[in-house]
Amino acid sequence: MRIEEQEYTKNFDIRIWKRVLPFLKPFRTTAAVVLIFNLICSLVDIILPLFQRYAIDNFIQKNTLDGIWLFAAVYGVVILIQFVSVMLFTRGSASLEMYIGKTMKRACFVHLQELSFSYYNVTPVGYILSRVMSDTDRIAGMVAWNITDMLWAFFYVLGVFVAMLLLNWKLALIIMLIVPALALLTWYFQNKILHWNRKVRKINSRITSSYNEGIMGAQTSKTLVIEDKNLAEFQEITGEMRTAAIHAARLSAVYVPLILICGSLATAIVLSRGGILVREQLLMIGTLSAFTSYAVGIFEPIQQLARNLAELISVQANIERVMTLLDQEPMVKDSPEVIEKYGSTFAPKRENWEPIRGDIEFEDVSFHYPDGKEEVLSHFNLKIPAGTTVAIVGETGAGKSTLVNLACRFFEPTGGRILIDGVDYQERSQLWLHSNIGYVLQNPHLFSGTIMENIRYGRLDATDEEVKRAAKAVSADIAAERLENGYNTDVGEGGGRLSTGEKQLISFARAIIADPRIFVLDEATSSIDTQTEQLIQKATEKLLKGRTSFIIAHRLSTIRHADVILVVKDGKILESGKHRELLEKKGYYYHLCRQQFQEETLEKEGIFSAV
Amino acid sequence: MNHTMGTLRKFRSIARFLKGSAHFLVLALAAGMLNTMFNALTPQIIRHTVDALTGEGGYPGTRFLLLAAAAVVVSASLAGIFTYASSICISKGSEGFLKTMRDQLYRHIQRLPYTWHVQHKTGDIIQRCTNDVEIIRNFICTQLMEVIRIVFLIVLYLTIMFTMNLRLSLIVLLFIPLIMGYSAFFYSRISRRFLLADEAEGELTAKVQENLTGVRVVRAFGREMYEIERFDEKNNTFANLWIKVGRLMSVYWGAGDFMTGIQIMTILIIGTVFTVQGHMTLGELVAFISYNSSLAWPIRSLGRVLSNMSKASVSIDRVSYILDAEEEKGHPDDLKPPMNQEICFHHVSFSYGSDEPVLKDLDFTIPPGSTFGVLGSTGSGKSTFVHLLDRLYELPEDSGSITIGGVDIRRIDLSHLRKNIGIVLQEPFLFSRSIGENISVTREDPSFSDIREAARTACVDDAVTQFDQGYDTMVGERGVTLSGGQKQRVAIARMLLQKAPIMIFDDSLSAVDAETDAKIRAELKSHMGSSTVILISHRITTLMQADFIIVLEDGHIQESGTHEQLLAQGGIYRRIYDIQMNTDDDLLMEGGKA
Repeated sequence: MRIEEQEYTKNFDIRIWKRVLPFLKPFRTTAAVVLIFNLICSLVDIILPLFQRYAIDNFIQKNTLDGIWLFAAVYGVVILIQFVSVMLFTRGSASLEMYIGKTMKRACFVHLQELSFSYYNVTPVGYILSRVMSDTDRIAGMVAWNITDMLWAFFYVLGVFVAMLLLNWKLALIIMLIVPALALLTWYFQNKILHWNRKVRKINSRITSSYNEGIMGAQTSKTLVIEDKNLAEFQEITGEMRTAAIHAARLSAVYVPLILICGSLATAIVLSRGGILVREQLLMIGTLSAFTSYAVGIFEPIQQLARNLAELISVQANIERVMTLLDQEPMVKDSPEVIEKYGSTFAPKRENWEPIRGDIEFEDVSFHYPDGKEEVLSHFNLKIPAGTTVAIVGETGAGKSTLVNLACRFFEPTGGRILIDGVDYQERSQLWLHSNIGYVLQNPHLFSGTIMENIRYGRLDATDEEVKRAAKAVSADIAAERLENGYNTDVGEGGGRLSTGEKQLISFARAIIADPRIFVLDEATSSIDTQTEQLIQKATEKLLKGRTSFIIAHRLSTIRHADVILVVKDGKILESGKHRELLEKKGYYYHLCRQQFQEETLEKEGIFSAV
Repeated sequence: MNHTMGTLRKFRSIARFLKGSAHFLVLALAAGMLNTMFNALTPQIIRHTVDALTGEGGYPGTRFLLLAAAAVVVSASLAGIFTYASSICISKGSEGFLKTMRDQLYRHIQRLPYTWHVQHKTGDIIQRCTNDVEIIRNFICTQLMEVIRIVFLIVLYLTIMFTMNLRLSLIVLLFIPLIMGYSAFFYSRISRRFLLADEAEGELTAKVQENLTGVRVVRAFGREMYEIERFDEKNNTFANLWIKVGRLMSVYWGAGDFMTGIQIMTILIIGTVFTVQGHMTLGELVAFISYNSSLAWPIRSLGRVLSNMSKASVSIDRVSYILDAEEEKGHPDDLKPPMNQEICFHHVSFSYGSDEPVLKDLDFTIPPGSTFGVLGSTGSGKSTFVHLLDRLYELPEDSGSITIGGVDIRRIDLSHLRKNIGIVLQEPFLFSRSIGENISVTREDPSFSDIREAARTACVDDAVTQFDQGYDTMVGERGVTLSGGQKQRVAIARMLLQKAPIMIFDDSLSAVDAETDAKIRAELKSHMGSSTVILISHRITTLMQADFIIVLEDGHIQESGTHEQLLAQGGIYRRIYDIQMNTDDDLLMEGGKA
């Protein structure tokens, strides 16, 4: 599945916005504070030009200074009110933004903990990350700032019109003629500018990934001597960037002066038309000056309204993206009855959990992946008594992991049942099963933190001593002690400071400390050198005793002693049985085995020595 | 302010990137100043109109008023034209500057030695190349320009105001340092908090990312709740820090508005008194008030811009850190000898930094056209050996020498050397292009049949043709995810197309199953031709076909010889062989019995 950038919606859609409401609800008090002080702010902004009018008409025109102290006092109080309300309003908005963002991020994160592997298998991490982090930020910012800004601008414009109409309705109506032109102009340009800015952002993210590739692939580029080729490609992208950015800038460069000219038109109208009215003594000169203030002052809020409206619509896309994530149904879900009895993943009722023995039974199991129609498993039956070691072999990409994913309930069968200790595992909670699984992956993932912390991830209450014992059991102690700070060495992001082999050893220790009933080793020893692998294998044999385990391997020598070997080809189980039985069958397993030691035989016959 | 001066000094180190765009910036400045001048005209027109309306000389005619209105529109239009010109010039100048800087950084990073790359984190370098570059661009093309324009505006407006009323202008002058200083002080205070909050955001992002990449581990251990608790910690810290920033900002905004309000109020009231007392006309007062409010924002933003400029200083340092790193050296008299020659290691020792040496006194010869095997355990120094031969790490002069055909590789032209050595790494890197482009990346004009041929040899053709888009299938985040084995095989195909006389396989079939491994090696054998092949592995089956094998242990050659000789010696090689073979011998026996 390929994931493309979603198209942006074009029209305002209230249904999309309704979905943000639940996130706003817990903070309605803060929202109310923001609203109220926001309203006061716009009121003050409407009143301020009237002071100039009053000063001109009542002091200057009447040539008196009587009452100027009172005037100053009232003016001062209004400014003080403005100070307080601006402060409280911005403070409220800032908090609101973070509250909403925080709640949304948490909702996404919690939901992600429940989503199934089928989702993660087809969705790149960067894609999810941008939803959890940037989309929620944009939505929160929009609700907390842009919407309140719009309200301020709306109240302000409305108030100014009322004030102008009250002062002189004829002049007010003439000025209002400019408003639709201004609004249309802004609407037209803002949409274009948004469109181009999006383009610029897209190219920008390409530049970032080019840097990323240039740096991550530095070693490869050097060995292939393709530095110049890379640079040429990079320059192409930066060239595109320059063209697009200049185009975007050109739009603003046209738009801003046009608006200013519109503003000057309004001033010109006030001057000429108002001047005539003053001359005919139909208008006080102070009112004229207030009008000029309003005529100029109204432009910024109108622009802002249009700009914010365009952005408001663009944020719908962010909301849709976050909601799509939240709407994503987990493929594997506990039923309400199960949650009732055993608790959910987030609030487990451990006291009700049955102890696990580790009998696993596949009963008439069929399975196909959600993105594929072909059944990779049909009517499959297998009994795995507790303590059995099941090996799964086959070529790369043959589907060896499917069985394990089913047994661990990372996927559920599409037909039939899987029984654990004789009970359908869907009648137990996922966490119950997962708490009893030890998993070592081919590409082990470590979390940033120390080696100690990483091993302890397997059992959170393990003491340092227990951690060290677990490490020793799989020879990870040798790797740990070789490092500068021993067990306290920081492994770096994703364990990046360690070699693949070291990571595997530590993930091994992490699985062992959990003391699970069920063990999964997924090609766990492929990057460890032979001698270390020997050590691990001996330790594993000891540790697997009494536990049910699955071993996925392509080196057949490692699984000869397994109780059951399942041979997988093209996603289907071809053969199953003990090593000896399978060899006697002379089937595909026999073929694979022969293949692996044929080389040695060939060598003995001297064929390779020709090279 | 000191920071700002420091920034200006450092600015000289990146001024070279302005080549080709500087004239745009100068033009933008000129246009910006003209724009400011035309903007200053409108209050004057209003002043004369108001004076005419209230003056002693009787009311002006309609013609006068219309003329005034026309003058307002004309001056605004002229100002508009210059705003346009200025914006266009700024964007051309700044985008040009940005491109030059980005290209130069990319070029430079490509040429930095591999040692440098190993020592630095990708995320950090990218941060420097994107965020810091953006900050520098803003500093030069927005902030610096803005400062110049604002200073010009303040000087121009004040001059006009002084000509209208001296005493009132002096009062305005009093407010300027107050508001500006307050702004600057506040922004320098808050920028530290911004930094903290930014860091918290980075940590939160890292937490989420790690949870997502490690989702399989989280699930397998049932650690969902533990993860949510960790997430909540970071999420709360992040939100609280930003709320604190928000609170400070709200005080700043409120107080800023308050001071501006007081300034405007003072001018209005004192101006009213002066007008009533006959020291100035009403028109002058209206114009004065208009200039005064036009000054309010520039003054406040000047304070902010000045304090923000200190950020740029840090960014310049961070970018210069990359630019000042030394590129891989090349000499004009470097040699380009034929490379299908004997490779000799003469007493080579090597250590990373001051640590324990990873290679100790390696001394051996690889005859041309032969196959040379290296067996070593994790950390035995086998990869260092490859890095030295390809000069990814430079061998110091006094640590022995490596020669090809008798020529010291340190004297060989770097790209000549690397073009003639093909390497497949254990964890190969594929570029996010199509598979076909990845395979043919070293070729100028590859033919499709060549690409397929190489892919067939590397046993990856079947896998590729199964994809819907075949060789046009994209690799990486925006395309398919290849398995480790498929990646290795694509990398082998890529290396084959390089047609190098020296080929190195650094554990490069580790992720491929035994059957495919054997197939590939059989295919390769018939295609290796006269190339010298170096095989590095911990699988004996891969190595035993070599003409000569060395066993690396703790950085020195523990054993060497042909496969048979090594077996006869009964050392480590024998032991590893036994471990790997014995198990297989058992298999054989059991298989034989069957």
